Amino acid sequence: MRVKVTVLFFASLREQLGQPREQLELPASVATVGALREHLRARGGAWANAFATNRPVRAAVNQDMVQAAAAIKAGDEIAFFPPVTGG
Amino acid sequence: MKVAVQRENFDLGAETRAISKSSKVGAVASFVGLVRDVRMTLEHYPGMTENAIAKIVDEAASRWQVMDCTVIHRYGDLEPNDQIVMVAVASAHRGDAFQACEFIMDYLKTQAPFWKKEHRSGSATWVEARASDDEAAERWKNGGRK
Repeated sequence: MRVKVTVLFFASLREQLGQPREQLELPASVATVGALREHLRARGGAWANAFATNRPVRAAVNQDMVQAAAAIKAGDEIAFFPPVTGG
Repeated sequence: MKVAVQRENFDLGAETRAISKSSKVGAVASFVGLVRDVRMTLEHYPGMTENAIAKIVDEAASRWQVMDCTVIHRYGDLEPNDQIVMVAVASAHRGDAFQACEFIMDYLKTQAPFWKKEHRSGSATWVEARASDDEAAERWKNGGRK
């Protein structure tokens, strides 16, 4: 059973990855935001750099800021971005 | 309560007058953030940004007496000295207005999805988040009143 989600990228992540969004079908083993981050990092190249484990990357699920342990379900909008710098 | 994320500039005077009309309002505290030194582009997350700010305003209203509040944050290309953000809080008394205003700005800096890119002669760099901003937001934890 594969889970369809939309993944969004912002700011420096968007530029490094060369795209603002992607529709993904995830294997059932990718069930949390942390696991998705690892799944993307494992693509290598720009993905490995953007999601390097020592890099501060924040995430939101359905537009709520979450921690790595947050669960993912079908239809979710998951966003990855650097720490925010507004104001 | 009003939250707006927009390209256009804003008029602090008009915004504070708009939340000062009730005769119960005895204090309006406001803050305006400006672009320092360099040209910049501000990116945001349409939808989430507005919701995140609205949640911060709700949290402020649960801690202090907030009779009305306006938060406007700009995005897009901004020049040195341009206005970026404003917060105005109306309350019966100044203590609540001052503290709610500062709380909203401190949380906005760490919780609202905006990213600044600075343009200096020929190169553009994303601004790094500062630990001092996290510390400023952290002060309000554990009971909430400074």
